[in-house]
Amino acid sequence: MSDKQPPKQIDRRYIFLVLLIGVTIPLIFPLGFKSEVSGLSKQVYKLVEETPANSTVIISFDYDPATVTELQPMAKALIEHAWRKNQKILALALWPQGVQMAEQAFADIIKKYPDKKYGIDYVNLGYKTGGIVTIQAMGRDFKEIFPTDLKGTPYDEIEILKNVRNYNQIGYIMSLSAGDPGLKQYVMAAHDMFKVKVSGGTTAVSTPGFMPYINDQHQLYGLLGGLKGAAEYESLIGVKGTATSGMDAQSIAHILIIIFIIMGNIRAYKMRKL
Amino acid sequence: MKRFLPLLITFIVGFIVISSEFIPHKPFNSINAGLENWFMIISGFAIILGQLSLIKVNSSKIINKTQNWQYYLAGMVSFFVMVLCGVLWGTQDAPGLLGNGTLVSSWLGVKPFEYLFNNIYQHLSSTMFALLAFFIASAAYRAFIMRSFESNLLMIAAVIVMLGRTSIGTSFTAWLPQGWRFLHLPNIADFIVSFPTNAAQRAIMISAALGIVGSSLRILLGIERSYLGGGE
Repeated sequence: MSDKQPPKQIDRRYIFLVLLIGVTIPLIFPLGFKSEVSGLSKQVYKLVEETPANSTVIISFDYDPATVTELQPMAKALIEHAWRKNQKILALALWPQGVQMAEQAFADIIKKYPDKKYGIDYVNLGYKTGGIVTIQAMGRDFKEIFPTDLKGTPYDEIEILKNVRNYNQIGYIMSLSAGDPGLKQYVMAAHDMFKVKVSGGTTAVSTPGFMPYINDQHQLYGLLGGLKGAAEYESLIGVKGTATSGMDAQSIAHILIIIFIIMGNIRAYKMRKL
Repeated sequence: MKRFLPLLITFIVGFIVISSEFIPHKPFNSINAGLENWFMIISGFAIILGQLSLIKVNSSKIINKTQNWQYYLAGMVSFFVMVLCGVLWGTQDAPGLLGNGTLVSSWLGVKPFEYLFNNIYQHLSSTMFALLAFFIASAAYRAFIMRSFESNLLMIAAVIVMLGRTSIGTSFTAWLPQGWRFLHLPNIADFIVSFPTNAAQRAIMISAALGIVGSSLRILLGIERSYLGGGE
């Protein structure tokens, strides 16, 4: 019998500490790694780019503050791009906290576009419960689902909504989705039933689940996946936002995790040798 | 009758909804539109039901002083403070029972609800999600071990995708000549996500969809009755 001692496992507190330092340093001192833009992000960009000016588009805020790091930069970039193309934005939320996320995103971007007016260039219709059924019902009549906007202004008195009755008047739908209800429901109801163009962004962890929808039927027009997707979109529209600066930290975190995996395997190998 | 009536309603409603997909004409489409409105109204009430359930479950734990009852108390206090702020002074755009709370808002800079949401809830919520990174790192060290052919395959794929999805990973293979670009890490990562992963995802989705069709039919035909309660 071998008298060798099995290698000790690293205390998880050290792992936490190394990761904390590894993530914090690039946030304070950006490393400036360059990121390549994927085809999926380019498709989303192309959709916004090719939608005519003065089109009315929907941005659905289907997330809460837990995923704000990944999805809020996407929201800001998409609003900015839509406004650059003079598109009019209907914001709505299938998640209750999405309303505040929309308010914050618009409040940030309006500083760069002070000429954009609420009710004319954008409107926040607020939260609506019901998930896929709400999306389906919107295909019939928007006014029935959103009789007023978030401020309580009646539908008919909102300039941007005067010519909007259902999806037929919508250029595209962007759903920023952290789960259910969200992008998947827009694909199933808005695209598959009403043939409206759907695209959006998700958290990195749920991105692979949406890949089957990127197909020849264009169920999804591209996809922004996680922080990298957001950073890619920022790069496409020429903006250095929070996603771009966060990518350095994420890169270091991924490298550290790979190092931990290697260390764990070396330890396991030594254990087997005993 | 107590069981027959709900089963009959379920069958009729299910039949109408399915029919309206295939026959989008009167009377099916108009009945379906009414049912959609009912669903949204009931969903709204479900939120109230959820809140009542939250109060009931938490208060019983606090009253009975079960283990860690202090946390439930903190949760309840937070819940009522947020509700009160929203009801009394409203949210950013909508006034509350006491109007817009100009005095409080001028002191805080924003309305109390917004203040709590932006400065407390949002950060706590983001922190909870961010903590996952630490647990993933720790779990990767302990559990991501090469034991078999399958686990090796999984690990190699995971490492490639992880590197391919970062900016630093891009720079590792940026030196490759144009003819070898297919070996560029982001390209390999894209290939893994677009083909093998996609194929597996499709298989899972199709299986799940068939399962949903099957269980929906069982409910509509009254074979599956567990949703009625009563343990039958």
